[in-house]
Amino acid sequence: MAAAGALRLLVPRGRLLPPRRGLRLSAPAAIQVTVRDALNQALDEELERDERVFLLGEEVAQYDGAYKISRGLWKKYGDKRIIDTPISEMGFTGIAVGAAMAGLRPVCEFMTFNFSMQAIDQVINSAAKTCYMSAGTIPVPIVFRGPNGASAGVAAQHSQCFAAWYGHCPGLKVVSPWSSEDAKGLLKASIRDDNPVVMLENELLYGVPFEMSEQAQSKDFVVPIGKAKIEREGTHVTLVAHSRPVGHCLEAASILAKEGVECEVINLRTIRPMDIETVEASVAKTNHLVTVEGGWPQFGVGSEICARIMEGPAFNYLDAPAVRVTGADVPMPYAKILEDNCIPQVKDIIFAVKKTLNI
Amino acid sequence: MAALALRALRGRLLRAAPGRAGRGLGTARDFPSLEEKPQFPGASAEFADRLEFIQPNVISGIPVYRVMDRQGHIVSPSEDPQLPKELVLKLYKTMTLLNTMDRILYESQRQGRISFYMTNYGEEGTHVGSAAALDDTDLVFGQYREAGVLMYRGYPLDLFMAQCYGNASDPGRGRQMPVHYGCRERHFVTISSPLATQIPQAVGAAYAIKRADASRAVICYFGEGAASEGDAHAGFNFAATLECPIVFFCRNNGYAISTPTSEQYRGDGIAARGPGYGLMSIRVDGNDVFAVYNATKEARRRAVAENQPFLIEAMTYRIGHHSTSDDSSAYRSVDEVNYWDKQDHPISRLRHYMQGRGWWDEEQEKGWRKSSRKKVMEAFEQAERKPKPNPQHLFSDVYREMPPNLRRQRAALERHLQHYGEHYPMELYENRRRRSRSAHPNTTSTS
Repeated sequence: MAAAGALRLLVPRGRLLPPRRGLRLSAPAAIQVTVRDALNQALDEELERDERVFLLGEEVAQYDGAYKISRGLWKKYGDKRIIDTPISEMGFTGIAVGAAMAGLRPVCEFMTFNFSMQAIDQVINSAAKTCYMSAGTIPVPIVFRGPNGASAGVAAQHSQCFAAWYGHCPGLKVVSPWSSEDAKGLLKASIRDDNPVVMLENELLYGVPFEMSEQAQSKDFVVPIGKAKIEREGTHVTLVAHSRPVGHCLEAASILAKEGVECEVINLRTIRPMDIETVEASVAKTNHLVTVEGGWPQFGVGSEICARIMEGPAFNYLDAPAVRVTGADVPMPYAKILEDNCIPQVKDIIFAVKKTLNI
Repeated sequence: MAALALRALRGRLLRAAPGRAGRGLGTARDFPSLEEKPQFPGASAEFADRLEFIQPNVISGIPVYRVMDRQGHIVSPSEDPQLPKELVLKLYKTMTLLNTMDRILYESQRQGRISFYMTNYGEEGTHVGSAAALDDTDLVFGQYREAGVLMYRGYPLDLFMAQCYGNASDPGRGRQMPVHYGCRERHFVTISSPLATQIPQAVGAAYAIKRADASRAVICYFGEGAASEGDAHAGFNFAATLECPIVFFCRNNGYAISTPTSEQYRGDGIAARGPGYGLMSIRVDGNDVFAVYNATKEARRRAVAENQPFLIEAMTYRIGHHSTSDDSSAYRSVDEVNYWDKQDHPISRLRHYMQGRGWWDEEQEKGWRKSSRKKVMEAFEQAERKPKPNPQHLFSDVYREMPPNLRRQRAALERHLQHYGEHYPMELYENRRRRSRSAHPNTTSTS
């Protein structure tokens, strides 16, 4: 807890933001919205829409959230709907699970997913299994959300990806947004879902603005859970990623395009249930596959994609072995240069693409 | 730790700010008596000028509230709940029926008919006394040794048996170990094995009930061993800070599997912890069904009326082994167990009371023992004959709606069974008939 307490003191508010990326233009009605504001909108709209929805977590109310995702919501909805809790992940996760069992729809914020380890029994053994073990009589509609994955300069215990951990467990749904539209649409879909959903956000994306279409600005906008999105079409190689690495893949794709290599970039959006059909269809077209993720390689999201491709019809379309680009298989170092090299970078993706295409 | 403390301080400062524009922190108006009293935000007390540590036994010796003595005599008439005869008979019959069911299911486990069982011997008074004091719609979060609560609410023997056998009538579809009952209609949340997780969950449910302003309470049962889990700390603390209508009911039965209370804690039991969390607390004689009833009734009434949590520590004794996976002779003496079984049992105490009132005699006792045993045996035999749940249930309820991968697996199983069903004992399953030829020569084939 000492380490956790230390991080809570840091509470980086915007100081770690990466530079704005170049984005494609879309319809004229689109506006620029940060991921933080998109999440805030989603919470606001769902709190307004359904009286049963409430947010709880450490510092989510008066302090507006450690990362300001819940900015203004306590003022608007009050103590009954936005609840500051004592420092006990195990405690407030249990409270949230019980409230969901009793008919409410809690949104349980982990200040970061690193701290969710203290509550993992409640997430896995209680939230994910109770519907099944009660033979469907006790559904647990709940959203566990918060920043996940590598942060910057906070060392091993605060920089890791939990997609594989939670993606492993039946009974849970796991979503991992990249853009503002992903964030808004997936959070709204997660809150409306009758199952426990783990939503893995990314701290380094919170302050990044993305275009948000007119449609996505609507209160009715949801992104279906379990559907991947093709962010860029291509013919030579399929890049599959989730969360922040999706942006890296798009950067790599635009660099490679200048060399005549057309990458198809798939934003997985949901880790479980995984939309393997979209990946298969793409591989059948490009005959090459590279997976990109921030987490560790062993039993990771990329491992699962490769295994599913091996077992399915797309395997016969592969012209070369698939390649995984992952975080380095070590606890995250604190030193900046080591940290940078432990997280997949654009150059690593380009290298992997060239390797699989043998160019 | 320093980091945490600083963070807490920052939280305090921020919290003081909203809505108090113009009122600076630390002004004389905020702190009128800087000299006389400590102004720390975390405690209100006087200064002391002598170095003195507080003794851990400062609140030791919390008395054990009782209504009846061991012979079933009312100790203080003013505490007699004056329950009508029919209700007392219901308490007694539930306690004894539970005892009979325990004996038969325990034996059936020993004979290999079910995989596991946990008896409630000696703790029947805590179950029935508390259940009778609640409204039937109050939500129950049990640990695993609270079958009497569900039985008091009318859960039929057939369903207890169905759960232990995991047969087609089990509302839980055979997905849990025996004794993990659950019943939505009777407001009894399905038992979950991991210890003490029900405590913060119960508080969360109580919070939901408070929000709905439903005039209901939650009761959360746990043992003195579970109270050592971090979940218990979190649950108590949250119940107090969220001001929830909940009754924490600790069954202090002397042992956590093999660990005696002397190794479980060093303070004065569980009730002594209540004041530290800001909980209204009481210790009762758990083998005195009226004491349990009175304490639960009043705690429940005030929990709902005042939205505040209560803690009841019911002192009792686990006469049976922890479970069928345990042999308690390895860690406690037969004499000790015999004392509680023969001299201080909640069932015999209530029987003495009933006999003293002229409501019960030896003949009625014999007749009831015989008829209740017959009822249990009938339910038992029926449960054993029932088919197992349909294999299609392998795939249901993992999610509220069945995802495509599970639908595909279910269809694959169906196709497989259509081709090769004859090689499986399909007649053992619900709504399944053996297809044409039988692989077993001794089985009469149907269809």
